[in-house]
Amino acid sequence: MTTLTEVPEAAAARETPARRRRRVDRLPYLLLLPCLVVIGVLLLWPLGQVVVMSFHRLDNVRQLRGDREWPWVGLGNYAQILGDPFFWTVLRNTVLFAAANVALTMILGTLVGLLLNRLGRRMAAFVASCVMLAWATPALTGTIVWKWIFDDTSGLVTWAFNALPDGLSQALFGRSDWTGYGWFNSPLLFFAILTLVVVWHSFPFVAVSVLAGLKSVPSELHEAARVDGAGPWRVFWRVTVPLLRPVFGILVVLSTIWDFKVFTQYYVLAGGTQDRPTFMLSVYSYAEAFSPPPKYGLGSAIAVILTLILLVVTGVYVRMVLRQEEDA
Amino acid sequence: MTAGSAAAIGRRPAENERRPPGGGRRRRGARRLALNGAGLLVALFAAFPVYWMITTSLKPSGEIFASTPRPLPTEPTLAHYRQILTGNLIPGVTFTDFFLNSALVAVATVLLSGLVALLAATAVARFRFKLRTSFLIMLLVVQMIPLEALVIPLFLMIQRLGLYNTLPSLILTYLGFSLPFAVWMLRGFVAAVPKELEEAAAIDGASRAQIFRRILFPLVAPGLVATSIFSFITAWNELIFALTFINRQDRYTLPVAMTFFFGRDDTAWGPVMAASTLFTLPVIVFFLLVQRRMVSGLVAGAVKG
Repeated sequence: MTTLTEVPEAAAARETPARRRRRVDRLPYLLLLPCLVVIGVLLLWPLGQVVVMSFHRLDNVRQLRGDREWPWVGLGNYAQILGDPFFWTVLRNTVLFAAANVALTMILGTLVGLLLNRLGRRMAAFVASCVMLAWATPALTGTIVWKWIFDDTSGLVTWAFNALPDGLSQALFGRSDWTGYGWFNSPLLFFAILTLVVVWHSFPFVAVSVLAGLKSVPSELHEAARVDGAGPWRVFWRVTVPLLRPVFGILVVLSTIWDFKVFTQYYVLAGGTQDRPTFMLSVYSYAEAFSPPPKYGLGSAIAVILTLILLVVTGVYVRMVLRQEEDA
Repeated sequence: MTAGSAAAIGRRPAENERRPPGGGRRRRGARRLALNGAGLLVALFAAFPVYWMITTSLKPSGEIFASTPRPLPTEPTLAHYRQILTGNLIPGVTFTDFFLNSALVAVATVLLSGLVALLAATAVARFRFKLRTSFLIMLLVVQMIPLEALVIPLFLMIQRLGLYNTLPSLILTYLGFSLPFAVWMLRGFVAAVPKELEEAAAIDGASRAQIFRRILFPLVAPGLVATSIFSFITAWNELIFALTFINRQDRYTLPVAMTFFFGRDDTAWGPVMAASTLFTLPVIVFFLLVQRRMVSGLVAGAVKG
């Protein structure tokens, strides 16, 4: 097996004695083969296929099985989506939700990371273990518990609001009896609770990564800055942040990618994919494709749009990681 | 000297080695108290839902729906667990059936993905070949493919292969999802095995297969366990694809069964929390075993001393 493309540095490398002695070794390619087949068939092929599907009108499962024709509609699905004001509502929901969640996750995670770095050893171990619990809990069951906490009859939040003095509750919210209050009924409140759930799940990763970053910064740097009279605020912005910039960069990009396609938490909180006012791109795509009547072509087009948006973010991520691999 | 040059000073820390002026002991005590207080708040926020899940699952129904919730069950009971484990979650299907479906899918995913990943990681960590860098870049890029965007084309593939309503449809899907990260993570473990060991074995006349089996594999085994746990968690937790590819109640995986189970209007929170606890505990145990490597895998190379 010979390589198809000529890598620029290969020409130079060919001259080294080691290269000449080894010739082309087939073994690494053989070892890679199963992996390449799996990635090709299960990730890359579907990625291409979703683009192909987005150019067809597909509204019957028989078409998917190959029993029926696939009518070509060109960019018709895209035109239909982009011309629909509802799509722009969904896009706005998605972007605002992702932005809010990334910001809150980063802020909370960073603060907790800084806190863990300052706490005494035993206290830090205790807090870190609790934080790990939130991280380890599966999205599904974590969300189910939050739904129970916000239950409209016996949920803890309903109880807490009922426990407020009636006068205060009336003055603040215009109601004193919260039993039966639909916490998930208004889109804004729904998104707020979804944000709470997603941030709860994702801040531990940021906290632990920031902590790992802080541990790797020599403490002399902070001491030196403090000796020079810098307050904690300045030390944070002038010493900690610049040193952790690569970590922050990767965390922001990863969080953005994750928060752009939240599905499980949404599905559980919303109780399915019927609540159109709270749709986000991933849910919209799924609902178009799989809620009767199925519209696989339209759903695919939305999925392609979601992928394109994330592709841009990914490009940034890959460039950052590669730069660090080079440095290492 | 201004604080602005603090970073520049940092490059020569030795010159500035000096004790910071000793602050008042009382002020330091107050700060410690504030820090510990903040720590407790964070711990409470993070751990509370897990705590609430477990305690609710142990309360009798009367206590769960009482007008004033109690932090701990006054009369702890295993009744909800008994109900979950002996009764039918959906007519004709028990919790154990769903649990076994999930376990079967997860274990099969782990074995397949571990084997394929080990081969690929060996190739990447042990050999220099022309497409090595391209392969690594591809690994990074495919990890970023939004899996939610692949539901429709994979649904098509599953339909074409006649795997609709079968557990192998999920095993295949999760194999694809878990593989890139598994290779990325295992690569580090393989690279950490000293090459000299293999060279010594080669000099002693061992074949490549023998070197792989006798030397590399035992030394990489702990890494393989860690990687397997991540694949396991991926497969165990997954919801969307399981929801889409399986439409037969006796073949539901646990996550799908649970969404049906508590989707009703008057949710029986006791049994739901008991089921959630049983679903969550294995994940938490596994996760705590390997979380360190998770951080290093995801932000690989970002932090350097």
